[in-house]
Order: sequence, then structure tokens, then C-alpha cells
Amino acid sequence: MCLGVVGRIDEIHGETATAEILGVRRQISIVLVPEAKINDYVMIHAGFAINIMDARDARETEELISEVLKYSR
Amino acid sequence: MLKALMETVASKIIKAISEITDRPVSLMEVCGTHTMVIAKSGMRAMLPGKLRLLSGPGCPVCVTPQETIDYCIALSREANVIIATFGDMVRVPGTRGTLEAHAPRVVYSPLDALTIAKENPGRDVVFLGVGFETTSPTIGATIVEAARKNVRNFYVLSAFKLIPPALDYIARSPQIDVQGLILPGHVSAIIGSKPYEFLAEKYHMPGCITGFEPIDVLQGILILTRQIVDGKSAITIEYDRVVKPEGNSQALGILNMVFDVCESRWRGIGMIPDSGLKLSSKYSRFDVRNEYDIKVPESAEPKGCICGRVLLGLSMPFDCALFGKRCTPVDPVGPCMVSSEGSCAAYFRYGDYGKTGQNGAT
Repeated sequence: MCLGVVGRIDEIHGETATAEILGVRRQISIVLVPEAKINDYVMIHAGFAINIMDARDARETEELISEVLKYSR
Repeated sequence: MLKALMETVASKIIKAISEITDRPVSLMEVCGTHTMVIAKSGMRAMLPGKLRLLSGPGCPVCVTPQETIDYCIALSREANVIIATFGDMVRVPGTRGTLEAHAPRVVYSPLDALTIAKENPGRDVVFLGVGFETTSPTIGATIVEAARKNVRNFYVLSAFKLIPPALDYIARSPQIDVQGLILPGHVSAIIGSKPYEFLAEKYHMPGCITGFEPIDVLQGILILTRQIVDGKSAITIEYDRVVKPEGNSQALGILNMVFDVCESRWRGIGMIPDSGLKLSSKYSRFDVRNEYDIKVPESAEPKGCICGRVLLGLSMPFDCALFGKRCTPVDPVGPCMVSSEGSCAAYFRYGDYGKTGQNGAT
């Protein structure tokens, strides 16, 4: 149940943001990470960003997942 | 490349384990998501037979008492009530039947439940509040939003649980034989590493906060086995790309404001002190139990089901006489088979390691 997905914040409107999650754009709440900025990578759980990630680590994770997806089609 | 990396880490684990010649080593993966990663990746085949990986109580669906499901089903019979829930809870058996037959609204985010409340001003919308510290802040934030927008028809059935008190229960149980804990990554994103320090200090039990890629889990196992070999116990963070030692202070602030700590019943385990959350007095008007005082009869676990022992690492899923026969994911008896991250479901779906004696799991 504690699943999370990584997203990159594209736009911020108050406590709501648009994040790109593996190529898909979704509305998320950033009320739990008020310091979030555009281009930050965040861990998202149940529609809420729960933490801001180290950008380099997040990109690597995203690339790894894309790589895995490529071969699991 | 990834496979080679995993094999390298696995070989280091084998080497570390070979330094302990006198006894098997048991690690508990506390979180159900880890149980799934371990089963799905097939990593047990890479690991030495002397290393046992036991599933823990970190599956919210599995530890939610039947009474909560029964109460929720009774609520859903009220003409004016709409139940909103995460999808995981829909098929969990209560004493009689599941929520599925009562048309709950399945949501991805608790904020969606608040939207349903706004769209149905004449109905009471009740969110089934199940989960650990990862999830409870999202519902806490939703309650704060409901208060701010003065939504009067939104309620929560608070059945949230806290992980550290359950780990205290495991660490002090003499019959549970575990030498190290693979600690949950996303719970720790909220609470940080401090709330686990007592495990090392009081029980000399090492713990490693671990991420959810197979390579993360292998790294976590390696960190723990090295500590066990060296006779050390510390709480370490393998998943440092997400988890900070101090956790998420904003989320913790919301938890403190919206909830109070209370004793809580864990399905198959029993009452654990200070292991649950109830609405604080400031937010008690969102507590559905204040609005609908429905008594449900005491419930008994389904006959023959040993989910309670499985959740504590005392039994393996295949030790259960019902496993794979009377109890399958299509027609589950106990909660560990319902939840996709329950250990019975993981063992059923990805193979019968134990029947071959693989991993010393007999």
C-alpha cells in the first residue's frame, strides 16, 4: 500500500502542482512539501508528494525504470 | 548490467553469511511492498540457504481488524452513506462478506473522496482510513482541507497504524527469531530514522531503511548481514535518495495536529499499545464513529487461517493447511492472501519456495 512513484514538478498553483510521471502529466498536492519548486523530483504517494528527491538520484531511477519497461513489453 | 550488479551484491552477501558458520540468519522485511519485490525478483535463488527472509506486519490490508471491515459494511447499509476507500481494501473479508458487494467508491487519493463529498452535499462520505505513516499524513492533510473549506459531510474511519510500536512488539517477543530488520522506505520518508533507534539501543537489533528496487533490497540485506557478522547494531539508511534522517517535518506536523496516538488492534496479532491514530479533539467532528454509533458483534478469525503467525514471521504461508487449497487469491480466506502485497499472495503468485526447502524456510 505504501507504493510511491517518482514525478518531476512542471507547474505549481498554490498547494497543487502538475507533475510529469514517466511521461504522463498528473495533478498532485504539494501540501506536504511546501518547499517544492518547479523541476524538483518528488516521491508521490496517494496523490501527494511526500518528499523531494535528490535530482541526480531521481533521474537515474527514472532512466532505470524506463530501461526496464523497454525490455518488459 | 543490472543483473551483474545484483549478482555482485549477492556474492558479497554469500561471503558475509559464510563468516557465520554456527547458525542461520533471519531477517524480516517489515513492509509488504518489500515482500513483493523479493518474491517477484526471484532474488531468493541468488541468496544463501542459511539466510531466511521473513515477512512482517507491514501490510495495512492484512493488519486491519475484521471489526473495522464489519463496521464499514454496516455503515455502507445506511441509506445516506457513501464509502470511499483505496482499492486494496475492497476485497478484504470481514466476518460476513466484503465491502465489494456494497459498491464503495474506489479512489486514488483521499482528496478524491473530499471531491465526492463536495459533489454529494446531501450524503455523508466516509473515507476508510487505513495505512501506515506513509498514508496517514495524506488523509490528515485532506481533513485539514475539509475543515478549511467547511465541508460538513466528509468523515474518516480512522484505522491508521504506526510501525515503530509493532517493531517493538516483534523485538521483545521471545518466540520471534529475527536478527535484523529491512525497514520500510516510504514510512521512513515521513518519520525518518530516529523512531527506530530504540531497536538498536534497547534490543541490539540492526535495521536498514531500504528502497524498493531489487538492487536496493539486496544492498539492505548486505548492510544488515555485515552488521550481524560484526556483532554491530545500528539503524542505517540505504534509501537515502528519498529518506532523510529527520523525515518530513511538514507531514509530521500535520499528523500531530490532526491525530492523537491510541492503542490499536492488529488483525491476527492483538492489541498493541500506542500503535494507532485517532482524530484529535480539534478534528473529532470528522470521526465517523461520533456520527454513526453502530455496534458490530465481536469477530473471530476464519477457522484454520494463520495470517497472524505469518505476519509475525512465526509461520511461512505454506505452513497453513488452507494455503493454495481453500485459500487462493481468487477466493481468499485470510487477509494475507487478499492483499496483492500480503505474503501469502506473494508466495502463491511467484512460487512455492518452501516446499523445496529453498532458503531454509521449513
